Amino acid sequence: MTPKIVCENISKFFIQKGKQRVHVLEDISLEVMNNEFLVILGPGQSGKSTLLRIIAGLETPTQGRVLKDGKEITGPGQDRGLVFQSYMLFFWRTVMGNVEIGLKLRGVEKKERRKIAQHYINLVGLEGFEKHFPHQLSGGMKQRVGIARAYANNPEIMLLDEPFGQLDAQTRMFMEKETERIWQTEKKTVIFVTNNIDEAIYLGDRIVTLKGKLPGRMDAIYDVPLPRPREHTDLEFVELRQMITDKSELVL
Amino acid sequence: MPYEEVKVKQPIIFKILAILSLLTFFGVWEFIVDAGIVPSTMLAAPSKVAILFVKKLTQANPDGATLGAHAWMSAKEAVTAYVLAIIVGVPLGLFMGWFKVVRGLARPIFEMIRPIPPIAWIPLCIFWFGIGIWGKVYIIWIAGIVPFTINSWVGVNMTDPALIQMARTYGATDWQIFTKICIPSALPMIFGALQISLAYCWTNLVGAELLAADKGLGFLIEMGRRLAMPEMVVLGMVCVGIGGALIGIVVDVLERRLLAGIRR
Repeated sequence: MTPKIVCENISKFFIQKGKQRVHVLEDISLEVMNNEFLVILGPGQSGKSTLLRIIAGLETPTQGRVLKDGKEITGPGQDRGLVFQSYMLFFWRTVMGNVEIGLKLRGVEKKERRKIAQHYINLVGLEGFEKHFPHQLSGGMKQRVGIARAYANNPEIMLLDEPFGQLDAQTRMFMEKETERIWQTEKKTVIFVTNNIDEAIYLGDRIVTLKGKLPGRMDAIYDVPLPRPREHTDLEFVELRQMITDKSELVL
Repeated sequence: MPYEEVKVKQPIIFKILAILSLLTFFGVWEFIVDAGIVPSTMLAAPSKVAILFVKKLTQANPDGATLGAHAWMSAKEAVTAYVLAIIVGVPLGLFMGWFKVVRGLARPIFEMIRPIPPIAWIPLCIFWFGIGIWGKVYIIWIAGIVPFTINSWVGVNMTDPALIQMARTYGATDWQIFTKICIPSALPMIFGALQISLAYCWTNLVGAELLAADKGLGFLIEMGRRLAMPEMVVLGMVCVGIGGALIGIVVDVLERRLLAGIRR
């Protein structure tokens, strides 16, 4: 099987303040299979968000390239849905207005796009909140909108950048469960960036760890062969957690 | 549904304070004039203003028009200019915010005209339009357009780049980003200009009418001066104040309705 996404030797430099060169990523190579849930796990300042933005097409790699289905990615596109930590909802649009935006921009007829959007609003459990504005929702609900918005556009790949970073621990665990449920309901290729090792093991088919402090470098790749849904207290879960912690520098 | 519409009552204390404040203001004013602390040739007592107010509701003399006619004239001028300021100012600002070429072309002229006080245009306006309505509309328009242009421009410019990137991942074209992302996200700024511009318009209206008019609230004030009737001056000022406050309330209500979801 050919991989869905291939990152080939990606390095990234940023120019800051016009003259300062920052080395963010160094020689990242990885493959993501179709319908795989891949987690990129790394501490702060490991370049993991930049890597995701490169895959999204919002940044260009200084060296190397990203391939999707064998074709090089040159810019953002509807085949990749993005979910940001800071939600980035369109604050002047209702829940429905946000979820249907991708379809609307593509010119899908109103009745049709409402039907699709409603399906995803229901899928993320926001039925009854269609007419609410983002500022009327809690953090967890906002991110549900973010996920539904990305899903409704029917992307082949979902890119999630620390989507639950702003949520409290309880809500976060709940949203992780929800994410798995949604992904199980409608399988997609997912690349999920996080700095939380429990989240990584709970969700990932595979975990790619990045070494901390810039530039971000590949550390290791772990398979997570545990059956779903997983339990944080299972012996194998705890063992894997211990192994990853011992081997990597997840010091924040 | 966990979200239920309920009415929240504002504490009554603020209403009481507002009434108290106004009563004290007028009480002290009445007192200093009646007691002769300030001579009545310099300032009219509120009671005298009130009497003149009632009289002027029906009588055109001595200044040539009833209060209603003056107010109607002023409102017509202000609203016409205000609407024209929105029609021209908002699109100009939006385009200046989005198209670099428009910004490059319009900005130098805009920046040069902006610092000129609108009432400095009065003589030219008299040359061009005489003392009819359009000269005053022009002056008020010049004053009112500035906030609309600047706020629309800044509003578009300040659009969160992450929202634009978000839209790009949904395949939005440049024009869609402008119309569907930048303009809506600039709306709170543009609505802010509704209030600011209104204040500019109303203030400059009086300025324009003081010098070039035969009707209007500013003209009423000017006639009060010429006829040495302080109560007429004050009456004109009070009407301008009340008029401005009334339009302010209307704009506020409109703004809240239109911006229901836009509060962050």
